[in-house]
Amino acid sequence: MAFEGLAERLQSTMKKITGKGKVSEQDVKEMTREVRLALLEADVNFKVVKDLIKRIKERAVGQEVMESLTPGQQVIKVVKEELSDLMGGEQSKIAVADRPPTVIMMAGLQGAGKTTTSGKLANHLRKKHNRSPLLVAADVYRPAAIDQLETVGQQLDVPVFSKGTDANPVDIARDALEQAKEEHHDYVIIDTAGRLHVDGDLMAELEQIKAVVDPDEIFLVVDAMTGQDAVNVAESFNEQLELSGVVLTKLDGDTRGGAALSIKAVTGKPIKFAGMGEKLDQLEPFRPESMASRILGMGDVLSLIDKAETNVNEKQAKELEEKMRTMSFTFDDFLEQMGQVKKMGPLEDLMNMIPGANKMKGLKNAQLDEKQLVYVEAIIQSMTKDERQDPGLMNASRKKRIAKGSGTSVSQVNRLLKQFNEMKKMMKQMTSMQKGGKKGKGMNLPFM
Amino acid sequence: MGFMDKLKNRFKQNEDETEDVSQKYKQGMEKTRQSFSVKLNDLIARYRKVDEDFFEELEEVLIAADVGVNTVMDLVDELKMEVKRQNIKDTKEIKDVISEKLVEIYYGDDDEEVEKLNIQEDELSVILVVGVNGVGKTTSIGKLAHQLKQEGKSVMLAAGDTFRAGAIEQLDVWGGRAGVDVIKQGEGSDPAAVIFDGIKAAKSRNADVLICDTAGRLQNKVNLMNELAKVNRVIEREVPGAPHEVLLVLDATTGQNAMSQAKTFSDATDVSGIVLTKLDGTAKGGIVLAIRNELQIPVKFAGLGEGIEDLQAFDAHAFVYGLFADLLEEDAE
Ligand SMILES: Nc1nc2c(ncn2[C@@H]2O[C@H](COP(=O)(O)OP(=O)(O)O)[C@@H](O)[C@H]2O)c(=O)[nH]1
Ligand SMILES: Nc1nc2c(ncn2[C@@H]2O[C@H](COP(=O)(O)OP(=O)(O)O)[C@@H](O)[C@H]2O)c(=O)[nH]1
Ligand SMILES: [Mg+2]
Ligand SMILES: [Mg+2]
Repeated sequence: MAFEGLAERLQSTMKKITGKGKVSEQDVKEMTREVRLALLEADVNFKVVKDLIKRIKERAVGQEVMESLTPGQQVIKVVKEELSDLMGGEQSKIAVADRPPTVIMMAGLQGAGKTTTSGKLANHLRKKHNRSPLLVAADVYRPAAIDQLETVGQQLDVPVFSKGTDANPVDIARDALEQAKEEHHDYVIIDTAGRLHVDGDLMAELEQIKAVVDPDEIFLVVDAMTGQDAVNVAESFNEQLELSGVVLTKLDGDTRGGAALSIKAVTGKPIKFAGMGEKLDQLEPFRPESMASRILGMGDVLSLIDKAETNVNEKQAKELEEKMRTMSFTFDDFLEQMGQVKKMGPLEDLMNMIPGANKMKGLKNAQLDEKQLVYVEAIIQSMTKDERQDPGLMNASRKKRIAKGSGTSVSQVNRLLKQFNEMKKMMKQMTSMQKGGKKGKGMNLPFM
Repeated sequence: MGFMDKLKNRFKQNEDETEDVSQKYKQGMEKTRQSFSVKLNDLIARYRKVDEDFFEELEEVLIAADVGVNTVMDLVDELKMEVKRQNIKDTKEIKDVISEKLVEIYYGDDDEEVEKLNIQEDELSVILVVGVNGVGKTTSIGKLAHQLKQEGKSVMLAAGDTFRAGAIEQLDVWGGRAGVDVIKQGEGSDPAAVIFDGIKAAKSRNADVLICDTAGRLQNKVNLMNELAKVNRVIEREVPGAPHEVLLVLDATTGQNAMSQAKTFSDATDVSGIVLTKLDGTAKGGIVLAIRNELQIPVKFAGLGEGIEDLQAFDAHAFVYGLFADLLEEDAE
């Protein structure tokens, strides 16, 4: 079983309680149960989950149900807001020392991604900020760790300071700082060996390095796949080193990444960067908002909820649903829908945002890319009124005319027709999927 | 005889063999054991009665061990039934039932036994080692090569991670430590070609075991998973019946994503066993219970440190024994 996102989890619960005036205590209880499960499945630490649920309950009970949102969506909104608050705002600035060089020290468990991230930071500082960093190979324990950093340095054309594996990491750090000053590097990035947070000797070594180089930044590098133990790791490293920030790596994977929340909750330190791949340019500022959605496993349902509130008119949505159900959806509707959809962002994202849509076969083919939308619009606009209402009229000569009129080819026209039909089928499927217990109420698609 | 007694007996009977192992486990998993059983002891001390609160906290202890919320809820449901059935009121009596259930979840309907490596007699055995980035593949290969060599096997390694900076050198160092040959090409070369070379060399030198390292890959990277499937096909084609083992390395620190790793890697290759690394930390790797139960993939080795000796055959009983050692010893007193 793949992990269900919160949206899916909440669907059945939501169905039961749509259309009531207020979110009742019982509703909230049922829904927070699902929220709890979703968060635990996402690897958020159970203690952190407990606190969150308490706050969510307090906030959600007794709220007026907004016109445009179902109570379920409203609870999701509260959850999202709590999560976002906890995660804090975006903070990807790197400190600048009053007197250069600025010293950055990397720390973390084995295999978390410290060496790779050191390289990425060096690359980032040089490319984005025009700095001249010095990388320091202070991992003398892991076999070939120095080779690894040196290779990374070569790839980036950034110098690497090393003294081999016989030197003491504290001495390495001290000497590196000296050399950086002499050679006028404005940043020094110290790559340290991975260590367990319960390894007293090695943790003491980090404290010594810290004492000697007085870092401006101490980053804890954490694997986004980390489970419940993330709190222990983050707490220990923070207690012993007083971190300045966190880098979350391997976020290009399919993990929910609940560790992010746990770490932020126990350390209060900002997660500054996200590792998005093995390559040295795959470092991004960490985005708390989208992380919150990811943890909840709902694509961007959440941001969609926000947008839906402002963009979509409920009456239109109802009409559309009716059309989808009866298959009387036409190219005119399609155009209109496209207009609305475009306001909400990329179509592909939209598809991903619809709970259950990712499970539907054939949907992949129905996806259109952004550039194609321009053609699609042109093609539809080249159709006659009748053709738009009844795609069944289409024949070879009509297609030729439309292709010419829209500056596209017949095969592009054909493709659109095919996609349109697939989409209609899919909509039918979706509406029948959504039925069952819903009896004529507004659809639960988040964008409605 | 209660479950704990059986377990104790098991260890007494073949004390000579098991002493080392259980000793290692006890040391290696000291923290695991402590936090888990301290918590469980705590729990049992605080709750005289087996009631809702007791179960709720038990749930938390298990979730904290990354056992996974679904598994935990199933377990707790079963426990509740068992408690009813046996009319258990006192928390002391429930210890047996809990550990029994944990072992049961792990083994399911299968026979309870230590899962050994599938090594052929008198012909080349190929072991393919796979997993996501940084879990401990290369390190585990070094340890395993050492172990097999000590058992008298001739072992060779193939440096199939041609991607990560320094990966080839790293395996080379491990080869040197274990005293086995490493077949390698340059960084950036085709991993399937390296492994093909490895097989050729292993055949011509009459090696018993060839262990193939691979680059770390996240399971959602389709092209990297295809690359792995290709490596697997080369091995299948070159050595009948190979790979004899596909070991998926999982980091005990990893949470629920380990399940997705186990599933996707099983799609690309025929994963035959798990190496659970970094059990020397405070992470408990509880997700392997669910993986064993759902996908029938057994854990074959436990990684308990960065040293060459820090690899132990995984014994689920020892694992559970490790978790409950404090309780057992208290009982014995
Ligand atoms: N996919 C992915 N892999 C990463 C990322 N960061 C690091 N890695 C990989 O994780 C593994 C361990 O990284 P490394 O920098 O050696 O970790 P260290 O032991 O903490 O220094 C390597 O295979 C890296 O290529 C990331 O953001 N995404
Ligand atoms: N504490 C501990 N560290 C380990 C263990 N196994 C591997 N490591 C460390 O984890 C890091 C990554 O290991 P490596 O073998 O390079 O991982 P790979 O990327 O999967 O090949 C290295 O620093 C290893 O020393 C283990 O069982 N315990
Ligand atoms: Mg490193
Ligand atoms: Mg490796």
